Amino acid sequence: MTEAEQSASSRRFDAVGWLRRYGTSLFLLALIVFFAVENSRFLSLRNVSNILTEVSIYGIIAVGMTFVILTAGVDLAVGSLLAFAGMSGALVMKALGADSLGWLVALATATVVGALVGYLQGKTVTFFSVPPFIVTLGGMTIWRGATLILNDGSPVSGFDAGYRWWGTGSIAGIPVPILIFGLVAALGFITERFTRYGRYIYAVGGNPEAARLNGLDVPAIITSVYLIVGALSGLAGFLLSARLGAAEAVGGIGYELRVIASVVIGGTSLAGGRGGIGGTIVGALLIGVLTNGLVIMHVSSYWQQVVIGLIIVAAVAFDAYAKSHR
Amino acid sequence: MAKSGSGVSSAPNLLEVRGVCKQFPGVKALDGVELQVRKGEVHALLGENGAGKSTLLKILSGALRADRGEVTLDGVTLEPSETPRERQRAGLVTIYQEFNLLPFMSIAENLYLGREPKRRGFIDWAAMHDNSRALLTSLGLSADPRREVRHLSIAHQQMVEIGRAVARQAKLIVMDEPTAALGRREVEILHDVIRALKARGVNFIYVTHRLDEVRMVCDGFTVLRDGRYIARGEVKSMETADLARLMVGRDVELAKRARPARPGAAVLAVKGVSRARDSGGWHAIALSDLSIEVRAGEILGFAGLVGAGRTELARIIFGADHSDRGVLYLHGSELRPLRSPKQAIRAGIALVPEDRKQQGCFLEQSISRNMTLPSLKRISRWRIFVDEAQERQLVEKYRAAMRIKMASSGAAVGTLSGGNQQKVLLARCMALQPKVLIVDEPTRGIDIGAKAEVHQLLFEMADSGMALIIISSEMPEVLALSDRIAVFREGCISGFLDARDATENNLMELMAISTAAGPARGAAP
Repeated sequence: MTEAEQSASSRRFDAVGWLRRYGTSLFLLALIVFFAVENSRFLSLRNVSNILTEVSIYGIIAVGMTFVILTAGVDLAVGSLLAFAGMSGALVMKALGADSLGWLVALATATVVGALVGYLQGKTVTFFSVPPFIVTLGGMTIWRGATLILNDGSPVSGFDAGYRWWGTGSIAGIPVPILIFGLVAALGFITERFTRYGRYIYAVGGNPEAARLNGLDVPAIITSVYLIVGALSGLAGFLLSARLGAAEAVGGIGYELRVIASVVIGGTSLAGGRGGIGGTIVGALLIGVLTNGLVIMHVSSYWQQVVIGLIIVAAVAFDAYAKSHR
Repeated sequence: MAKSGSGVSSAPNLLEVRGVCKQFPGVKALDGVELQVRKGEVHALLGENGAGKSTLLKILSGALRADRGEVTLDGVTLEPSETPRERQRAGLVTIYQEFNLLPFMSIAENLYLGREPKRRGFIDWAAMHDNSRALLTSLGLSADPRREVRHLSIAHQQMVEIGRAVARQAKLIVMDEPTAALGRREVEILHDVIRALKARGVNFIYVTHRLDEVRMVCDGFTVLRDGRYIARGEVKSMETADLARLMVGRDVELAKRARPARPGAAVLAVKGVSRARDSGGWHAIALSDLSIEVRAGEILGFAGLVGAGRTELARIIFGADHSDRGVLYLHGSELRPLRSPKQAIRAGIALVPEDRKQQGCFLEQSISRNMTLPSLKRISRWRIFVDEAQERQLVEKYRAAMRIKMASSGAAVGTLSGGNQQKVLLARCMALQPKVLIVDEPTRGIDIGAKAEVHQLLFEMADSGMALIIISSEMPEVLALSDRIAVFREGCISGFLDARDATENNLMELMAISTAAGPARGAAP
């Protein structure tokens, strides 16, 4: 009977299901139209490029966070890790004496430090069976504090043009951070959609016990997603320091919430096993467009926070409602 | 073929259901269903999966609203808008397969949740514990009411659920598949409690697939099929085979296997598996010196009560649990101790676990993803990218071999019936082309028609030369499927039987069940 139900309902138009699938994208489009009508500057090349560059920094992390949340985990430490890895990269580069390949040293250091810290947190989650919320809540404070210790609270600045290019340069008119975000998102999408590893992530999130009985190495898979999000946080930390011209101890404060919100608004379930990177990109764009549009409309930053919060809750509430009413 | 209602005894009806209809998007789940429960009876509600039993139960409990039709309880019409809470207050309590207990609260708190005895505005703990103890004793359960529910066995938790219904002065207790997770002895205890409560004027609706239990405890029955009312009558006046025919709409019996001329070479040998009982309570029983051997083309059955060591040994063989001692031989050569299912699968051992939903399926994921998950390495390019063309071929091959009925391989496994879900899990194991296949409870919770099909598939696998281990709580099933049977009792193997000589009686002797217990049973298939 359930099979009959399935095939019969697929023939009819399912409005709730359709909205559940495309609702966020539609809302994003509506927002763009609304802001464009309200203010002609909104769709100017300069503003669009601004929005996208802003989105790129946390969007890169959100790609990794999607994997983490698909395994029913979460990483609250990404904002602090961004600062810690970015600062480490800048300091190592300075220590080695900045030559023309200094940016490469900083990029490699930031990414590797991010990956190592992510691996450490992932191992703590799997080996000691500590909930990821706790491990990364601790990590959020630890790595912020460690960043302050690294350079005694002062920013590191004075980067050469080669370094700054990664944050402010462009290729064929497209800012470099946007290109990197595009590359990371594409790799993430390919991983999720076409690889064995992608399947395993969904399996571990959907039913960890069944995944284990199907011969998957569940702890290794869980550890790996924290490693990935750590490495991407490091990459984002490098890009942000290149964009701002300084690696700051206060860089990326609150990013964890923006990143998690992007993933959740994009429809990935915190319970794991359901969702994907396509939705995350829409979610990240939605937050970027909304923040920028409200600024352009001179809505106070206090109200911006209220609006973004409401949208997070509304998106998840709708998803839950649609799921229970079928 | 239906027995007319007027032929049944003239006792007044406690529950009357008339002309209930329920439409879901694209399917009519119930179409004019009738159900009458007389005062003082245990009434069996029978039907295959998808017959509409669950929908009807939800309408009775208030969890769903009927589109049309009327329900009266003790002469009072129940409004369709009533909530489950109001229905319980009216005296109609439903006990689902998944219990509604609070695991971290005590038995007494669960029994009197929301209705705690009070004294001067505070909970009267003494009275609550005394009442609870009296209630538990009347149900034949001697447990401390202060114990947390999570420490109780499934059977005892079920007793607490029943106790809660009694404490609420339920007139009618509806039980959905109450014995699905119980061992034989526990089933008997449950039936004793049901009989005792019946004598005290509590009525039951008893939903089950197991027709032998209907014989043991039920008075009247109603059969649903495809959302329609089919028949009702007295259990006493029906043969078990006739009931089965009413449910399925055709003749069904558990076929025996045409035994192979000669069994092949030994594939898997297990020697001296032992494990101490562990203090953490994770391993409830000790296993001592378990040894078995399975040959190519042979089906070895594991019989015994739940917790006697059947599933425990299977999980050790599969690497999902560990033993203190014991050696595994595959085709005569010793295996390194298996530390994980991953290693077992690589060695050529596959398992269909006992709990399909918790341990087997990824319910929200597609049929094809469920089917190919452990085989992905074989169908990937450079071991990284899944080759979707090969995947489709694999899915189509095993869909056909397992005769899975599905709209599309992209549909979520959770939308399939239990029987088809089980076939997907079998297909998943077959795709691994294992040397040894272990199937724990091959037909738990699936209907009779699908059961016969699953049995046929298992026979075909054995005929192809695979070595099979089958674990089942249902004795007729063990007898029908096995070539040889290993009988488990309290962590030991109490004996091996050749299927040709085995009967339910000598099985029960080895399982240490008193054969005198319970009323005479219906003809076994």
